[in-house]
Formats: sequence, C-alpha cells, structure tokens
Amino acid sequence: MAEATLTANVKPSVWNGGHSPFKVSWGKLMMWYFLVGDSFSFASFLITYGALRFSYDSWPLPTHVFEAVPFFEGAKFPLGFVSFMTFTLIMSSVTMVLAVHYGNHEKNRQKVAKWLFFTIIGGIVFLSSQAWEWTHLITEGMNMHSNPFGASAFGWLFFTITGFHGFHVFTGVCINTMVLTKVMNGDYDRKGSYEMIEKIGLYWHFVDLVWVFVFMAFYLL
Amino acid sequence: MSSEVSNPVVQPVFTGDSTHHQDSEGEIHENGHHEHHKEYFFTKYVFSQDHKTIGKQFLITGIFWAFVGGLLSVIFRFQLGFPNQAFPFLETLFGKWAPGGIISPEFYYMLVTMHGTILVFFVLTAGLSGTFANLLIPLQCGARDMASPFLNMLSYWFFFAASCVMLTSFFLPEGAADVGWTFYPPLSGVKESAPGAGLGADFWLIGMALFIFSSLLGGLNYITTVLNLRTKGMSMNRLPLTVWALLITAILGLISFPVLLGAAILLLFDRNLGTSFYLDKIFINGHPLDHAGGNAILYQHLFWFLGHPEVYIIILPAFGLVSEVLANHARKPIFGYRAMILSMLAIAILAFIVWAHHMFVTGLNPFVASVFVLLTLLIAVPSAVKVFNWIATIWQGNLRFTPAMLFCVGFVSLFISGGLTGIFLGNSALDIPLHDTYFVIAHFHIVMGVSAFFGMLAGVYQWFPKMFGRFMNNTLGYIHFWITFVGAYMIFWPMHYMGLTGVPRRYYSFDAFQSFNMFGDLNKFITIAAMLVFFAQLLFILNFFYSMFKGRKVTDPNPWKSNSLEWTTKINPGHGNWDGPLPTVYRWPYDYSKNGDEFIPQTVPYKPGEEKLHH
Repeated sequence: MAEATLTANVKPSVWNGGHSPFKVSWGKLMMWYFLVGDSFSFASFLITYGALRFSYDSWPLPTHVFEAVPFFEGAKFPLGFVSFMTFTLIMSSVTMVLAVHYGNHEKNRQKVAKWLFFTIIGGIVFLSSQAWEWTHLITEGMNMHSNPFGASAFGWLFFTITGFHGFHVFTGVCINTMVLTKVMNGDYDRKGSYEMIEKIGLYWHFVDLVWVFVFMAFYLL
Repeated sequence: MSSEVSNPVVQPVFTGDSTHHQDSEGEIHENGHHEHHKEYFFTKYVFSQDHKTIGKQFLITGIFWAFVGGLLSVIFRFQLGFPNQAFPFLETLFGKWAPGGIISPEFYYMLVTMHGTILVFFVLTAGLSGTFANLLIPLQCGARDMASPFLNMLSYWFFFAASCVMLTSFFLPEGAADVGWTFYPPLSGVKESAPGAGLGADFWLIGMALFIFSSLLGGLNYITTVLNLRTKGMSMNRLPLTVWALLITAILGLISFPVLLGAAILLLFDRNLGTSFYLDKIFINGHPLDHAGGNAILYQHLFWFLGHPEVYIIILPAFGLVSEVLANHARKPIFGYRAMILSMLAIAILAFIVWAHHMFVTGLNPFVASVFVLLTLLIAVPSAVKVFNWIATIWQGNLRFTPAMLFCVGFVSLFISGGLTGIFLGNSALDIPLHDTYFVIAHFHIVMGVSAFFGMLAGVYQWFPKMFGRFMNNTLGYIHFWITFVGAYMIFWPMHYMGLTGVPRRYYSFDAFQSFNMFGDLNKFITIAAMLVFFAQLLFILNFFYSMFKGRKVTDPNPWKSNSLEWTTKINPGHGNWDGPLPTVYRWPYDYSKNGDEFIPQTVPYKPGEEKLHH
C-alpha cells in the first residue's frame, strides 16, 4: 500500500507536504512576510534617524516644537495634539479588531461594515491631523532644508519618516475602503470567508505599531 | 469549516487559467473549469500568469541584459587594453562619447557603472532567481502554480518597467548614471558632481526602486509557495536542493532589499528635495554646498546591509542548481544533503552580520573591524563544507559530461579559486592595502560573477528541455563551455597580480603611473580574452534561440533520468503542470544508483524492505 509505505517511512508532521504547515492560507502568510520586509524599510529609516541624531550636539525639544493645536491660536498644549492623533490611530486598531472579530466569528456583514467604517474614519482623522500639523510646522519655517527650532536634521527626518508612515496609513485607508465596498456588496458572504478583513487588519495593526516607534522617536525622546 | 487542511492533490483536472483559492483555514478550492479556454496570444505569452512562461520571460530579458552588460565591459576594456588608441568605429557607434575613436572618461565611468548595475541586479538577481525560482519551485514542489500567479506576473512586469527605465537612461543627453554601481554619496548625492550624476542618476534610482518591488513580489511568492503548496509527501527534507537554495535566497531578498529601498529614497530626497541625509561639508569649485548635517558613511552602512546579502542572493541559486545537476549527472546521491542545507542557512545568517567588511577603510573602529573580520572568515566554514560535498558527490561517480555538467564542474573550480582570495580580503589588515585594487575585481568576479553565471548556464542547459521541449546543441555547448571557462581564468587570474602591486580599480588610464606601465601588455591580453569570451556568449545566444525553434525534439519526458518532480509532467506541460492529480512523493530526490536501480523518481514508493539512505 502506497499510503502505508508513506507513513512507515516518515514521522507524521505538518511539514510533510499537502498541508499548510502553519494552517494559514497563502494570502495571510504572504501578508506576514510582507510585513517582515516592510519592517526593515522602517528600520532603515529609524536607524538613519538614530545615526544622525546622535551625531548632533543639540536636538530640538519636542515639547517646544509640538505645542500648537488647531482652533486655539496661540494656546500651548505641549504634545496635546499628537496625543489626540495617537489615540485616534490606536482606537482605529480597536475598531479593526472588532471588524475582524465579527467577520471571523459571526460573518455579520452589517457589523463588519460598521466597524470597518469607523476604522476608515479613524485613519482619515489621523491623516487630516497630520496634514494640519505639517502645514502648521511649514508655516513656522520647518521644511526639508531648515528648521527654526534647532538642528535642521530634525526637520527633514520628521517629514521623511512621518511622511513614509503617513503614506502607509493612506494606503491602508484606500485598501480598507475597497474592502468595505466589497463587504457591503456581500462578496465575502458569497465566498463564505471574511479572511480578507483579517489580512487588511494585519496591515493596519502593523501601521499602528510602527507609529509607536515613530512617535517615540520624534515626540518623546 | 474543516480544520483539516487539504491541498490541491485531491483536485481534479486543472485546465486553462482556472485558479485556486484558499479560505481562512487554508483549504484550497479550485473553481475548476473543465473545458479548455481559448488562450489568446496576449494572455499566453505576454501577460501570462503561468509560472513557466514568467520564468522564460525573466530568462529572455536576463539574456538581453547579459548581452548589454557584457558588451559594456568589452567597450571599456578597449580603453584599458589599448589606452588612447583611436578606433574610428567607436566614434561611428557612440558619437560624442568616443571623440576621435577614443572612449571619453565620462563614457568610461558610465560603462563601468552600468556594467555593474546590470549584471548584479538585472542579470544575476532577476535573470537567475527570477528564471529558476519561477520555473522550478512549483514544478519541483509539486504545485499547480505559484501561490499568487497574479502577483507573480506583476513581479515580471515591474522588472520590465525597471528595465525600460534603465535602458532609457542610456539615451539621455548627459548619459546614464556614472557614479559607480555602489552609488556612494556625496558623488551620487550632488547633481553637479558628474554628467551622469544628473538625470541619469535619478533614472537609476527610480529603476532600482521598481526593481526592488519586482524582487519583493517575486520573493513573497517563492517563500509562500515553498512553505504552503508542497504536494503530499514533499516534506522539507525531501525538497531538491534547488528549492532550498531558492527559498533561502528569497528570504535574504525579503529582508535586505527594503533597506536598499530606504537608502535609495533618502538619496532621491537629498538630490531633489534639499535634504542632507548623506551630505555634509561639501565644496564645489571652492563654494560650500548648501547641504550640511548628514553622513555619507551612513549610506554605505545601509547599502552594504543589502549589498552583502545580495552577493549570496546571487550565488545561492547557483549553489542549488549545481548541487542538483552534479548529483544527477554523477548518478550518485548528493553527498551531505543536510550539511548542504545547514551550510546554506549558516551562510544566510552570516550574510547579515558581515556587511562592514566592505568598509574597512572608512575609518571604522579597529575593534569593530576585528569583529567583522571574525564573522567574515567564519563564512569560509560553510563554503568549504559545500565545496567538499560537491567534490565528494562526483567522487567515483558515473559521470555524464553534458554541457550542464561541465558548467557545474567549472563552477566548483571557480568557486574555490575565487573563494580563497576572499579569505585574503576578509582580513582587515590585508584588505586595507588591497582595497579598491584589481585584486578585489578578480575576487568578486570569479567567486560571484562568473561562478553564478556558470550555475545559471548549467541550469539553462539542464532545464532547456523542460522549458521548450527541445535540446540545445551539444557541440556548441562544449565550445561555449571551454572558451568561457579558459577565457574567464585568462581574464581574471592576471588581475590578482595587478592588484597585489596596487593597481587601483575604476581608473580610466594608468598613463600617469610609471609603476603600472609594466602591465600594458597584460591589459591587452585581458582585453583580447574578454572579447573572446564575449564571442562565446554570442554562440550561446545563437544556440539558445536556434534550439528554441529548431533544436532536437525531446522524446523521453525524463531525458536526464532525473528523480525530481518536474520530469513527471508531460514534455510540454500546460498551465497547471500535471494533467491528472498532483503526484505524491515518497522519497528524497537523490536516490541514484541505489540497489541496482540507476535512478528512482520521488514518486516511486519504497519497496518492501528497502532501506532509507541516511542523509
């Protein structure tokens, strides 16, 4: 018997072929590996930040650079606005968790759509806040070339790295919107699986996680 | 939802472009259309999602780039072999780049820069990994196609776009990039520094960014396919070494290429947006540049964090191809299968912690340098294990000297010759005088450039019947091998002597150096050998395209009497590879000359009482 010969020679293992050894689809596996790769592109930027920062004798004080808030001209809330941005982004991760949950466990189209919608809103609020913050800093004279608050490197590092992160958030919002339309069309009900929500969820959480490091580098340290 | 994860083995006939989908539990459903779709020219040959066609697209584009890259080297060898001698045909061909028939210095730097870029990235990364990962991973793992055929197709078309951008840069008024293939700032960071540091360099950076996307899309697919889509019985320790090598290559690329992308983005910003990541205290014609506060060495760290793994991205697929072909044509099991895998894994890990050995003369702290020396020299251990195993594999084998086999033997010879000089260069004390001399040129061309080429050529000769259902011409193959093998040594061996006396690389002319004049004749010799080798490659290209249409037809589905799965398909397999169900695997792929059987394919179950070979 072929089957008997097969098993007689090999210890049973998930690695024996014919299976996904991690019991995940290729799509989810590929997303994980993409995130591994992407974490290295962020790492290259953050290492650049570290290398340049520690070659400078003085560095601008974040509490001094980031103290403005919209609608309150002249008021000073050190790190107030960025706290709001960070809170929004992290809350959008929470809503994404709920969307994944209702997709995986209840296959509930309405609830998935609702929480995915809130996630998109969170992303848009974050991006709009970043746009306001950038505009504000640019009017104060900070740009890719110079920085009125001190070391010029702070300026271009800030715009490059938060820009790269913002681009990721923007991509995430676009993908989430495309998936939301598919959810509302019932594509995933027909397919019988809401796995796509889980895959974009992985990406969204990754973007949030990276923000923690970016936030730490520019606003806390 | 069943928790049992099934695979395509159970699937019925796979035809046309029907695709398989997996749901959240990893279960695969094929919405198998059982009728044949009419395949249009565009979907079959151009925007094809069949991994075999994509592999051929990578190969043919790679051959095109190898021709261009090789031609560039022949042109700049004219200047080195016959300095300041006028060749009027050069002016006819290149106009203002070779006034009076003499190659201009700007043109020379453009040629060496683009020669390096094209051969390292476009030929030996995309042409080698792209071809054989696409062709062999699904066929040797027993899969219908890559995990995502669509992303796989995108991978080729990103490469195509990168190729277009690179090729266009040759026709810019200021010419292509000419700041060296490593693109070190500040030379590459300041547009005024050289003619090719203007638009040509921007094209280069954009071309490379597109190339990185191509390589990542391909790599994600290769890793996922090997891990998820192996057929029943194909455990990791039954995978052919080609698949192991291509898997490890893809992992290296996935981790290192994003860092190059980061480095390239920052360089683009420095050049175009006014930032100073890599620029500090630069004077142009006595005037300070308006960029300050960056660090040029930072670029080197980021570049070599990719750059060093990149040399293994180039050589590992050759390792895999050579191991497979050697065992097959020696009619012997590969010696030390596990040692082969473990040594490749060891090389892959060491690849990431040795990058600063490219930077011993940048003012690196000598203590840090000594750590990198130690780690670098450690690579000699797994490399020696591999060489020992290859030699032990063919030892007392029943050798069949096909062109593929000859290229493998040539590979082992070159890998030893080039690898030994790596031990010289890995020592910082020796590297400081040898740095940037022809000794380095000789080392990396032999151990990485020519060796990887030999692996690739062995692969083309071996799997040509699988790709096109025809054989390549053997006589032309033998001529090609001997000229290339002898010629490669004639080109690069003398460079060691030049390098030991201090002849620096990247110099346009040595007229001003009394001490290097004695190498005038040797340089002539090298140039003539280079032209000879280039001519032999034209024979290969001729053989390749002629055999594609007119070669001897394959009649036996398993012409090399090989054990691996790709030879269990039809001679010209369609999209989906196997007509019936996927094959089941019962043994490793190296059961050659066992118990009186010359070869036992992987699909043959163990006979009652048959011993498993210890590997």
